[in-house]
Formats: sequence, C-alpha cells, structure tokens
Amino acid sequence: MKVPVSMTVNGVERTHEVEPRLLLVHYLREVLGLTGTNIGCDTSQCGACTVHLNGMAVKSCTVLAVQADGSSVTTIEGLAQNGNLHPMQQAFWDNHGLQCGYCTPGMIMAAVKLVENNPSITDEEIRHGLEGNLCRCTGYENIVKSVKAAAGG
Amino acid sequence: MAYVGESVKRVEDPRFIQGQGKYVANLQLPGMAYAAIKRSPYAHAKIKRIDAGAARNLEGVVAVYTGQDLVEGIHFSGPCGALPCGFVPPDTRVPTHHALAVDKVNHVGDGVAVVVAESPYIAYDALDLIDVDYEPLPAAVNAKAAAQEGAPQLYDEIANNISFHWTLGDKDATEKAFSEADHVVELDLVNQRLIPNAIEPRAVAAQWNRFGEEMTVWTSSQNPHIIRLLLSGFTLGIPENRLRVISPDVGGGFGSKIFHYPEEVIVPWVARATNRPVRWVASRSESYITDAHGRDHVTNCKLALKHDGTITGLNVSTWANMGAYLSTFAPLIPTALYITLFSALYKIPAIWGETWGVVTNTVPVDAYRGAGRPEAAYLIERLVDLAARELGMDVLEIRRKNLIPADEFPYQTPVVVVYDSGNYQKLFDKAEEMAGYQDMRKAQAAARAEGRLVGIGVSGCIEASAPGPSPVVTSLGSAIGLYESGIVRVHPTGNVSVFTGSHAHGQGHETTFAQIVADELGLPMEAIQIIHGDTDRIPFGTGTYGSRSAAIGGSALVRSSEKIRDKVTRIAAHQLEAALEDMVYDRENGTIYVKGSPDKAKSFAEIAFASYYAANLPEGMEPGLEATSYYDPSNFTFPNSAHIAQVEIDRDTGE
Repeated sequence: MKVPVSMTVNGVERTHEVEPRLLLVHYLREVLGLTGTNIGCDTSQCGACTVHLNGMAVKSCTVLAVQADGSSVTTIEGLAQNGNLHPMQQAFWDNHGLQCGYCTPGMIMAAVKLVENNPSITDEEIRHGLEGNLCRCTGYENIVKSVKAAAGG
Repeated sequence: MAYVGESVKRVEDPRFIQGQGKYVANLQLPGMAYAAIKRSPYAHAKIKRIDAGAARNLEGVVAVYTGQDLVEGIHFSGPCGALPCGFVPPDTRVPTHHALAVDKVNHVGDGVAVVVAESPYIAYDALDLIDVDYEPLPAAVNAKAAAQEGAPQLYDEIANNISFHWTLGDKDATEKAFSEADHVVELDLVNQRLIPNAIEPRAVAAQWNRFGEEMTVWTSSQNPHIIRLLLSGFTLGIPENRLRVISPDVGGGFGSKIFHYPEEVIVPWVARATNRPVRWVASRSESYITDAHGRDHVTNCKLALKHDGTITGLNVSTWANMGAYLSTFAPLIPTALYITLFSALYKIPAIWGETWGVVTNTVPVDAYRGAGRPEAAYLIERLVDLAARELGMDVLEIRRKNLIPADEFPYQTPVVVVYDSGNYQKLFDKAEEMAGYQDMRKAQAAARAEGRLVGIGVSGCIEASAPGPSPVVTSLGSAIGLYESGIVRVHPTGNVSVFTGSHAHGQGHETTFAQIVADELGLPMEAIQIIHGDTDRIPFGTGTYGSRSAAIGGSALVRSSEKIRDKVTRIAAHQLEAALEDMVYDRENGTIYVKGSPDKAKSFAEIAFASYYAANLPEGMEPGLEATSYYDPSNFTFPNSAHIAQVEIDRDTGE
C-alpha cells in the first residue's frame, strides 16, 4: 500500500507515493536523492540525519515521511543561499570544525537552531545543546568553537 | 611561499559542509538492488538447515544465497575463497573464514545468508522470512579461559583454541634479572575489548560489467589497493586488471576499515550472480557485531627492580583474544606491534614477552587506534606506578630514574626496535613545568587533608609509527610491504594532479599533501589537486593506518616533486643555454632562471608547456612532465609523550 505525501523540501514542492513506513531520512536520501543527510545509527542517538522540519531541528530517522506531509523541510543542501554559505557552514570551515565530515551536516543543522535567538550562547550550552549529535573525530573542541563563532557573528 | 607549517583552511571542507560528501551509501546506480545479511544470534552453533523459500517468494526479492551457495560458486559466479590473514607468524593455525558461514556460526553476527531485493526495506523484510535451524553449542569468550584444557573448542584443528604463540626477548636474562631483583611488582591486567564505531557505518557496493568481465567495488575502506589485492588473489579471483576498487569519502576508520570484510566478497559476488549493481550498508547494530573490535587482552606482568627504583627486568604474558577468525592483520597487533614496545621510554636491560593468540566465539579483533602500542604503554606505566608506591618513591622520580638518557640514542631496545632519537628527560621536565607538578602535589596534600578525593596521574608513552621499511615488517610476518606511492603529474598548462596511494578518511590529505607539493614546486596550493582512493586512478598504494600518511605518503610526494624540479631545471637550462649548475629553481615564485638573471626567468607553466610541446628539449630527454615514486622508510618513527593529569572525584555524587 502506498500513500501520497507532499512537502516543500529546500523550497521545492515535492509529491510522491510512499510506503507509510518510509522514514523521512530515507525519503530524502533514496527518493529525492538528497544524500547530504547522513545516517549513522539505528537508534536516533547520533544526530547525523538532523534536518529542519517546519523550523525545528529534528532527527529525520525518527520521523515518518507521511508525518512530514504538508511540511516544510530544509536539509543541508538547502542551507546555503544564492551560493553563499550559511554563517554556520562558514564557521565550521573557518574553525576546523570537521574532519571526516560525516556528522557535519547534522551537526550544522542542529547548531543553526541551537544558536537561533541566542547570540551569546556559552560553551556549556553548546555542549548540552549538541548532546544529541555525535562526532567520532574531532573531540568536539572545534565544533564548540565553530558554533560559538557563528552565534556571535 | 611556504604552506607547510602554516594554518590553512582545508580544501576538502566545502563539499562536506554542504552535504556533498561522496560516501558509498550515497551511491545510486541504474537498476541497483540492495543487499541485507542474515546474521547469527548465537555465539556458537551448528547450522542444521536454512529454509529461504518464503524469503525467495516475497515480492521484490531478487535472490537469496547461503554460505553453501557462495562456496560452491553456483549461479555462474565462481566459488568464493576464504578470507585470508595478512600477518601469519610461524606455526599459526588459521581458521577458515568463509564470507558466509557454511556449517557452523562462530560469533554473534556471523553471516549465514544474503538477500538481494528491489529495496532495502524489502531486503530486511526477507531476512525475517529466512528460517535457520541452529543447534547451539557451548561458547568460549574469555581469551585466557578459552586457552585452558576443557574449554569449548571452536575448531578441530586448533587445539585449546590457541592459534599462535609468539615470543620476543631474552628469557634467560629476564629470569636472571628476576632472581637477582631486590623488589618485584606484579599485576594481572585486563585491557578491555572495545568497538571502534566510525560514525559512517561500513558500506559496500558493486557493479559487474558482464561484457567486459570487469568488476567495480566501492567500499568504505582505508586501503583500496589492499582490498583489491585480497579480492583478486584470495576471495573473488577476478584479475586485478579487471577489478577496480574505489574508497571515496570515508567517514572515519580508526583502524576498523583497514581489513578485508566478508561483505566486500558477498556484495560483488551477488552483483555478478544477479547481474545487478548491488549496495549494502551496515546498520549501526550490524557495525557492533561485524566491525573488527580492538584490544581484549588478559595479561600477567612483572617488573624487577633494585631498591633505588632502577628497573632491571620485565616479564609479560598475554592472552590476546582474536575473536572467531583471524581478521586481516589481527595476529600482528598483540605481537610485533606490542612486545616490540615493551621497553617504553625506559632503559630495561632484560625483557621477555609472550603472547598466546586465542580464538573465541566473539567478534574478530584487529587493529584499533595505536593497535598494540597503547596496550604496551598501559601495562608498563601501571607497573612503574605500582613499583613507585611499593618502594615509596614519587611516580615522576621513578620514571626519571629509568628514562633512556638523551646521549644513548640511537637506542637499541632489547625487543628488536631501535629508537632513532629522543630526549625523554627534557620531555618530562617540560611536562612537570607545564603542569606545575610540585604545586599540584602540595595542593593535593591540602585537599586530602580536607577529605577531598584528589588524584594525580603521571605517565609516558612511545609509539612506533609509520611502520617500515618493508624488509623489516615482512621479516616480522607482514604479507605486504609498507612503502607508499605518489605520482606528481604536471599538465601542459602548469597545474598539477597528485595521485597518492595513501587514503584520507578525515585526516585532510587533500590539504596537507597540496601544501607539501605546492611548497616543493613553488606553486600556489590552488594549482594542486590531490587524488586518492581509486585503484584505477592511483598507483599501487598501501593506504592509511599507523600514522603513516604524512611520514611515508608525504615523503613519496616530496621525492616525485624533486624529480619534477630536476626535469624542469634541465629543460630551463637547455632553453636558456646555461649550465645546469648555474640554474636556480626559485621555490618562492615557481620560476627558474640563470644565477644572477632572475629577470629572464622561465615560469613553471612555461616549462610545463615546453615539456609537452617537445620542440626544444635537451637531447635524449623524453617529453612530458610526470614523476612516480615509491618511498620505503628507513625506520619507524618514534613519537613519545609525557602526561600529567589531576582528577578530583566528588565524594557525594561520584562526579
């Protein structure tokens, strides 16, 4: 059985027939081909798949595509505007906030929402706010630095 | 300009921060099918029967294959060979490792069948429909216990589960040191098993071109050429010139992506059998039970000392858990990468180490971060700490007393390796100064007087990194040489493609290697493009592990750059009608001129073009501007460190 879903993804209206059990992350990756949203676990712990759903950071492995029907979704591919990096993307580049890059899209999407309306966010708030995003390479120091730079900018 | 030593922004980052990383799991090919693997829930069991009928009948299932199918090579695919071990000490008994288990499963996660389906969801549905009838058997788990008489046996041909016994050092001298010692300390240690957990789960995809009989395999590996070699020579049997292995962007490895895994055999095999491109991506749960684990040692160790704290001998016995099979480099880790580091930073006159490599019903164990060397550092530093406590000495002072003096380098340890250089005394002086160690001790005494729990830890460590040269590592048992390759190809318009046999999975080679080559040739970094990870593009390379990339891979690129500079200089000398010894290659500006006449310089790009235009080259010189080097190091590198840490524990909360 397939059901119709429609949502706006990175500003483009998308409509497909999908299985009700299809996860949003698989819809984005396998149906729309937006593979910037990565999958790092089965248990919603790693946060690599974080996207914005109606303006909130969510783990797209924990949302069914049908639940996102009628929603607006932004993925890492939709963050830069008119060829200009989002300040959070720029901050990760400037501060060596990534190594292998696999957690980075989810980390950036989560961080964008974390610093919204909190330009003077503290290190502790950043570390607490990113507890749901795991990075295996950096040890988080430069991620915290990046997020703080973007928040202040 | 000089890039090396400067902080430059990484050139690989723009694609990662915009979600354009090229990971294997992102690959979609026309007609692609998806594989999922049925895995054993038992640590040890006989496979009595596999009924895949219902799975095969599920709509959307393309095929289901069992271990027997792979071994027999049905469906025109040819049989799969067993996964080989690339480091086999003498008298090692190597258990047969089928890509999918045939008669018996030997660890939780051992594969028994593979489903190929039109979608990953259908493939997982089909796994649930495969009925496997197991007869559970008693399992051996702990390495030391598994090596005792009466323990559950994994393989008839491996008595007491002992796959190998490896020793190094001077047993008699060590026994003498202990019999003459003033003081002996002894510890039983467990260096616990751990799971590497790269954030990108392993993934393999394969495409078979049946007309050209060519196979392309994408795998999240640290060393695509080694995987190609093993696939060709042992497991799949496809000639290397028809087998392309691509490791594109890889999301971390930490050692766990060095090895040749069953899925690298299964996926191309099913791609050929079904004539479809096939992709398999591990779930995180699968990663836990199929990625090679790290460590897992049970150790008894003893240190012999004089009254004044001078170390006179070290004796270590280790039972190293190999897991159910010998993973690609597994026996190397608790032997040649472990006992060779027993001298640590200290002058220890007599050392004896022995390791029993034991197979158990657990996930295979192999190299993980430091691989053997951290295990060595752990036991020695623990022994030295214990000795200090029992002899009433300060933990820093007992170390100082035993450090190898700076004037004794190069230092021949009693365990094969020669430390090339070092100044450990200075190292500890610096650590003491930076930590404010003496003040820390006073503050600690005051805190303790108040009843607070404050501890101070001191340790040192040494690594043998960038293993080589090849004659040494192969004499120790490595089945591969450990050199690295690098090609510098200058194009006619003067920009440069660099091909390295080394592989990046977070290390930033595209930046680091561009810095090196840019400096060597005197070009802007933007003119240099680094290419790695594709066996059809790069020269044969041994990949990335053991802190080898910059030291060995970087050196290969320096060598190739030197060859380019030499040819560029010869062409410039010829065109400027000057003697070679009068030429200056200006690495600040990438220009070449006759000494004293920089105003009449030739640019690098001019010479590059001239080399391909070939109208006016020195007599006998071939056209083109490209150089290949294979760099084999003369020794390991021996990075070393001293650490001082202070920890306070809250009595009430445990924080």
